[in-house]
Amino acid sequence: MKTVLRYIWFQVLIKPLVLVVLGLNIRDRSRLHKHKQMILVANHNSHLDTMVLMSLFPFKRIQETRPVAATDYFYKSRLRRWFADNIIQIVPVQREIRSVRLDPLASCSQALKKGQSLILYPEGTRGEPEKLENFKTGIAHLSKRFPEIPVVPIFCHGLGKALPKGDFLLVPFYCDIFIGPPIYWQGNRNTFMKSLNQTMQGLAEQGNFKPWD
Amino acid sequence: MTEFINTNMHLLIAFAGIFLVLLIAGTTAAILKHRNPQKDYSNLQQRIKTWWYIAFFFAAALLLGKGFFVIFMAFVSFLAMKEYFSLIPTRRVDRRVLLWAYIAVPVQYCWIHIGWYGMFIIFIPVYMFLLTGLRLVLVGRTDGFLRSAGTIHWGMMATVFSLSHIAGLFLVTTPDHPQVSGQTLVFYLLFLTQINDVAQYIWGKSFGKRKVVPQISPGKTWAGLIGGVATTTVLAVLLAPYLTPMNLIHSIFAGIIIGLAGFFGDITISALKRDLKIKDSGSFLPGHGGILDRIDSLTFTAPLFLHFVRYFCT
Repeated sequence: MKTVLRYIWFQVLIKPLVLVVLGLNIRDRSRLHKHKQMILVANHNSHLDTMVLMSLFPFKRIQETRPVAATDYFYKSRLRRWFADNIIQIVPVQREIRSVRLDPLASCSQALKKGQSLILYPEGTRGEPEKLENFKTGIAHLSKRFPEIPVVPIFCHGLGKALPKGDFLLVPFYCDIFIGPPIYWQGNRNTFMKSLNQTMQGLAEQGNFKPWD
Repeated sequence: MTEFINTNMHLLIAFAGIFLVLLIAGTTAAILKHRNPQKDYSNLQQRIKTWWYIAFFFAAALLLGKGFFVIFMAFVSFLAMKEYFSLIPTRRVDRRVLLWAYIAVPVQYCWIHIGWYGMFIIFIPVYMFLLTGLRLVLVGRTDGFLRSAGTIHWGMMATVFSLSHIAGLFLVTTPDHPQVSGQTLVFYLLFLTQINDVAQYIWGKSFGKRKVVPQISPGKTWAGLIGGVATTTVLAVLLAPYLTPMNLIHSIFAGIIIGLAGFFGDITISALKRDLKIKDSGSFLPGHGGILDRIDSLTFTAPLFLHFVRYFCT
């Protein structure tokens, strides 16, 4: 039953919305199909980000791909929680954990151990639309634990125009998706984060986009 | 079925000709690739493959009748508009105005569907012009106002108003010519406009030296322009008796109009891309670029052709 609902949501509703109403320009798509399992890392501009990234995969792979999301937003109401858990199938993480004994990334680790792929937004919350912000280091911790799983950076542009944070009116814009080369854990957190940020910046510069204000 | 075939005989023969040409082109490309394995023909093959898709969708939409074709063209206008708005600089505060521009697409094609010619030709130049200004004023921000007002309305004129004249050909009535209809007129316009593009390219490649406007489109030469217009006019004359209500003089003028307007439509979109410093308007049509790359000539040929047919040929 959940699978049917997921199919309707992603293949009947989301895919036509993403491919027809929005429209995608995808660079280096083949990089997505080289890895059985991966951690997708993307900039965060819009509610649409997750839906667009999921649409890059065939449904069979969507079943094994889970976005990482904060419980303080998605568990706010019962309906939202049900939808997040059963349709989107988020990997829930708690922000603002004070206790040193609790591992905030435990749920991510569990998902990766099961062979699932993750979608992660290291900027944290959706930032200013179409502005790239520096990444937080949670991704480095995950990569250190699973050094054999590639981290694939993806830069998205246009989603912040189509549906910016705080707005609920969708305006069609083409979205550009730049898929970067995989990055692996090299044994040092600073080196890893620098490599990831530089790759992301390089992808952003490929598009030569003007600021949007 | 018999009635369908009889009514659309000329159109079916015309489309059969198109598919035959594509078959020959595809075979030629395959032979070339076989003879020169080292040379890369993938772009040519991609281009021909995309042409198959374009021809198929247009044939299906056109043969399914007026309603389907109007909806199909509304969708093409939507894609062109989205591509345009994604290319040009816009302000965040313009989002609501862009939404109204998108809403104008189905409204414009509704006028065609219900057969209201008057509203069809004034809705975007007059009423969307007023609404765009009004909505931008309510946004309450003056810096960038003029650029937004200009670029948004120009986009509506190019991608909706101009293109909708293709479907507007269904508003032409030809009671004295039973084999002629909106469908055959649409085919005539689209075929000649595309042939003009190809002919200008080939003539230019073969004999072109002196350039027309090198700052905008360095590949466009006088030989290409003149050769294209001549080729288009010859084909216009040959096809007119089967697809249009035109006499010889009409068809000569139609060919010249399509040849010249196609050229200027083409370089106008080239100027836009050059201004924005991009090569293709998108990647929607593999081997061709974006929607705007494919319909650039039609933004000029469609309105002029419709007005010519309506005022001089019926």
